[in-house]
Amino acid sequence: MAYVGLSREEEQRMLRDIGVARFEDLVESVPADARLQRLLKTLGPASEIELRRMLGGWAASNVADRVPSFMGGGLYDHYVPAAVNAIAGRSEFATAYTPYQPEVAQGTLTVIFEFQSMIAELTGADVANASMYDGATSLAEAALLARSQTGRARVVIAGALHPHDLAVLRTYLDGKGVTVVADKGGQCAAEDLQSALGPDVACVIYQHPNFFGLLESPRTIHRIAHAAGALAVAVCDPIALALLDPPGAAAGDDPGADLVVGEAQPLGNTPSFGGPLLGYFACKAALVRRMPGRLAARAVDAQGRPGFVLTLQTREQHIRREKATSNICTNQGLLATRATIYLALLGRRGLAEVAELCVRKTHRCAELAAAIPGYRRAHEGAFFREFVLECPVDAAAVCAKGRGMGVLPGVDLGQFRPEWRRHLLVAATEQRSADDIARWADVLRAAGGAR
Amino acid sequence: MSLNRRLLNERGGEGHRGPSLPACDVPVRPLAELLPGVPLRASLDLPQVSEPEVVRHFIELSSLNHHIDKGLYPLGSCTMKHNPKINDELAALPGFALSHPLAGDEANQGSLRVLLELQRTLAEITGFAAVTTQPVAGAHGEMTGLMLIRAWHRSRGEGEQRTRVIVPDSAHGTNPASVHLMGWETVTVPSGPDGCVDLERLKAALDTRTAAIMFTVPNTLGLFERAIREVTAAAHTVGAQCYMDGANLNALVGLVRPGDLGFDVMHINVHKTFSTPHGGGGPGGGPVAVAAHLEPFLPAPVVEERDGRLRLVHDRPHSIGRVHSFNGNFGILVRALAYIATLGPEGLRQVSRSAILNANWLKARLARAYELPYPGHCMHEFVLSGRGLKAHGVKTLDVAKRLLDFGVHAPTVYFPLIVDEALMIEPTETETLDHLVHFAECMERIVAEAAEDPERLRTAPHDTTVGRLDEGRAARELQLTWRKPATRPTDQVSPAGRS
Repeated sequence: MAYVGLSREEEQRMLRDIGVARFEDLVESVPADARLQRLLKTLGPASEIELRRMLGGWAASNVADRVPSFMGGGLYDHYVPAAVNAIAGRSEFATAYTPYQPEVAQGTLTVIFEFQSMIAELTGADVANASMYDGATSLAEAALLARSQTGRARVVIAGALHPHDLAVLRTYLDGKGVTVVADKGGQCAAEDLQSALGPDVACVIYQHPNFFGLLESPRTIHRIAHAAGALAVAVCDPIALALLDPPGAAAGDDPGADLVVGEAQPLGNTPSFGGPLLGYFACKAALVRRMPGRLAARAVDAQGRPGFVLTLQTREQHIRREKATSNICTNQGLLATRATIYLALLGRRGLAEVAELCVRKTHRCAELAAAIPGYRRAHEGAFFREFVLECPVDAAAVCAKGRGMGVLPGVDLGQFRPEWRRHLLVAATEQRSADDIARWADVLRAAGGAR
Repeated sequence: MSLNRRLLNERGGEGHRGPSLPACDVPVRPLAELLPGVPLRASLDLPQVSEPEVVRHFIELSSLNHHIDKGLYPLGSCTMKHNPKINDELAALPGFALSHPLAGDEANQGSLRVLLELQRTLAEITGFAAVTTQPVAGAHGEMTGLMLIRAWHRSRGEGEQRTRVIVPDSAHGTNPASVHLMGWETVTVPSGPDGCVDLERLKAALDTRTAAIMFTVPNTLGLFERAIREVTAAAHTVGAQCYMDGANLNALVGLVRPGDLGFDVMHINVHKTFSTPHGGGGPGGGPVAVAAHLEPFLPAPVVEERDGRLRLVHDRPHSIGRVHSFNGNFGILVRALAYIATLGPEGLRQVSRSAILNANWLKARLARAYELPYPGHCMHEFVLSGRGLKAHGVKTLDVAKRLLDFGVHAPTVYFPLIVDEALMIEPTETETLDHLVHFAECMERIVAEAAEDPERLRTAPHDTTVGRLDEGRAARELQLTWRKPATRPTDQVSPAGRS
């Protein structure tokens, strides 16, 4: 039998050792009439050959492989260096449990510490944790932290936040106390934000670059939030942070965002139909005891040898139960490992180069689109590696045309709101060649002409 | 620190770098022109290391980990079973790995097929009507399940009154933590002398304020609650819902279906029961299965099949909303489906059968050397007490640390809380008899050592690269990144600090 370590003869021997006649004697505590009296109805049994045939066929039926992708909206098609897969695929990382016995988990603990260090550097925050489920739940936990820290109930969204982040936030907050300050021309307007604040606001949340790919004015938002006694929560793309002023760091009279959270899938992980993803969570040192999730810290043993341990576990559910800061237990360890390897391989220059290539390729797309009749950018503000293109036809039609021509031309924003049905969210990563971009422009021409 | 134990920021340096990127093949214009008025960062202090150095660094680190591919990992309630290798390959197929959830249903028929097949299969295995695969971990599933229960009570106009959740004192810590996340109150009921919940005390705790009961089956002592159907019936009598923590589903696969025990909702840890790798702490998967009356409240979107085409349905007016950015941990769900398909109906039944047999064999053997607070047959795991070693000044923690010297991982220790000096042991069905014997011999040797050389146990482990680390000092001199010498939690937060 697949994956079972006992033969029939061994089973018999073990039953004799235990002192029972048959297996059923071991489960006599399960009422006989509660037991399943038939076999389950499932797929299989399947050999590896049959599995490959079935799942391989399904994988191939997706329009994903061998098609240049201009998809974004939170998940991006960045290159994953070969060494990431080679290292993270090793049993030592992939098949280890949570590092509850640090003496035999120094590999995992060291990687977590390095991950925390590099996320702190990217975001400008003091500390980062070992990971969260994804960007959306990381944001939701940040909002919960802000509420408990300030004792205030309301959460204000400054401008264009990813609709799925907003949806998850509403679920976590039970739909209560979320105020959305609508964007103006795609970006958050300071005066609108100002007038939405009050003494009941726990935090101001903004995305930078925002859902439309546009850059916000973090320092202005921080000042407005802090003046109202609220915490500032930045939601940032980690690739963009390679170039942008890090929002968690102090600058001038701005102490920086109190919390910086987001989705770190772009760091060495694939979109994988939306999961597993990698939420990161970084904040000011003063908030560390309210942080959710695991933290690795430096430690020494009795002989003075250095190592790492999980620390401040009194925040966590297995110690504090109902008094824990969060219920999170399992997180996204292996994806954090991949991100750590990715950041090590690219390093300070490589990551900045990836970010610059993204900016240039995306701006090239915008430039080409502007020259095609009927297409124009929906917003005017500065953008990073993503922008919204207003199409002469429904964006869904552009996407359908793209599928036919072997290009995924962008995200049809009509799936979020009917009034965005002509809006296509376009992202170009460092993987897109000039030739890919030319083919993308061909799709626009073909779709626009098919009106 | 040895050369091999340097951190990334202590390796390489200026001029070292990893894989190169292609030259820019579109017109290169100054960034200041492309990002007008955008403040850029002055520096980025990431490592500068070549690929060979990166590889050596991480391979060195990897050698410091225990892992299931190396040896036994008998952590109770964690179900550390073999992780089949074919499943990793299938999840990494480019058609899955590069599948983008916002590309639309037409572009993602294969991915949607995986979700639908897995949902149907998990519904069959658990005996429930419907499954959501959006939650990505057990605790995430617990939260989702409790939200479904809250939505159900609200739909009946009882949302305000039902704010209590009853859990046994043997429950996982995530249960009360999830209850707290809902703004609800946990009511703990004691276990009886047989290790099962005290039915009379439970009934006394139930009333119209009870939103739900949360039970782990088998419980964390590895015992099947004989009266579980009376428990669920009593809860239903007062209008409460019954939540099953599915952490121990490995004991039930093909043997008992939780839906047939009167439960209304449960989560499934696919990284336990369905063999997906733990990854050093995730990613996992925490699908939630529900009875028909809770189906309208499931997180949106849900997968539907119509005329052979699959689609995500977002228009779900009663849904609790979204609990994840996209569709849950899809790559993990691919692995779970592949595992189930490999086993098939007979193989699935053999999972629980062998898991129960292995646990009982090990329990019978170790009962000779350790105290067994709850005699009788167990399901997939059992709990020993190390209190007999106290006479030698040896604690359960010492037993755990000494095991590390023998190349096996320690069991779960000091849990469940109701057992003094607890050692919670779950061998799983994928272990062979040889490995069980080896583990038993290690445990027996430790008992002998406790009498002969207790100091050897108190100072264990001896053969690992580091010994016991000073956790108290680590928390006091908190250093969470390599960036600064210390991070002081007393630093001023800006500006609304209340603490």
